[in-house]
Amino acid sequence: MLRQSWSVGIATGAYGISFGALSVAAGLSVWQTQALSLFMFTGGSQFAFVGIIGTGLAAAPAAIATSALLGIRNGLYGLQTARFLGVRGPRRWVAAHLTIDESTAVGIGQPEPAAQRLGFWHTGVAVLVFWNLMTFLGALAGNALGDPRRFGLDAAAAAAFCALLWPRLRSGDARVTAAVAVAVGLALVSVVPAGVPVLVAALAAVVVGWSTRGRHEPPLTPPGELVGADPTP
Amino acid sequence: MTMTVAVLLACGACFLLKAAGYVLPESVVSGPRAARITTLLPVALLAALVAIQTFASGPTLVLDARVVAVGVALVLLAVRANFLVVVIAAALVAAVVRALGWLP
Repeated sequence: MLRQSWSVGIATGAYGISFGALSVAAGLSVWQTQALSLFMFTGGSQFAFVGIIGTGLAAAPAAIATSALLGIRNGLYGLQTARFLGVRGPRRWVAAHLTIDESTAVGIGQPEPAAQRLGFWHTGVAVLVFWNLMTFLGALAGNALGDPRRFGLDAAAAAAFCALLWPRLRSGDARVTAAVAVAVGLALVSVVPAGVPVLVAALAAVVVGWSTRGRHEPPLTPPGELVGADPTP
Repeated sequence: MTMTVAVLLACGACFLLKAAGYVLPESVVSGPRAARITTLLPVALLAALVAIQTFASGPTLVLDARVVAVGVALVLLAVRANFLVVVIAAALVAAVVRALGWLP
């Protein structure tokens, strides 16, 4: 199980290299990039934050709001992990910081509470260490590259969002939501300030999720995977 | 707002949401509606981000090398390629398309 935790940590942490490179390409410094991996430590939110704020500081409120909305799922994970972690005092806040897709998945996947706790802590620490290490290397590499467009880093950002979205498209509801969000986002690009189209598009989730008409089928999730998780922390 | 302030605010918001899971009772997200909306929220946000990062250039929509790169990325995802393979392949495709002068 410890081997599982650390191999997940290395595999997931490796993706930090793409975050580091894309973050400096979006105009953040190496240290600002590192701060995101260290203190935000949730991949989807980090990619979204740099993707939106890359259009300019005027988009900062939208970037913060979008990263927070993507971070809600970690709170939901915490509701589940808190059950078996039994943490109090300062350890509770450390556990909260380490609550990400991978630590939750490995923790929940264990058969009994002692192994669940061990799996959660080891996976959380392993991902934190490797994600930050690779972020740093990626940021240095991104700095060395120069013009992001010449090396296709703008396209790499779009591809990263595709890869974060892909595992979440397993239900009909999700595909309808995605299609509506794409249409709303593109329709608003030239109408409202940068970053706002994404926030308005989030309403697609509320509309589709609220609707009680038709049949809602739960997403088909392979065993050992969390509903709504993505390949990054 | 400076970049550093924005970074720290966003980090704080994401930490508070993580911490909320350890403080709030489980009943905060009761009901199938709340569960559906919280599952679909990242779908909507990420789908809009895909669209905008692919087609937007400032306040205008353009067709450039990113479209080809995202097409390749989607094909790779369909054959279950690794995250890093998808991202690096997209960068390479866009770089090559631009170097050859096919699309801006």
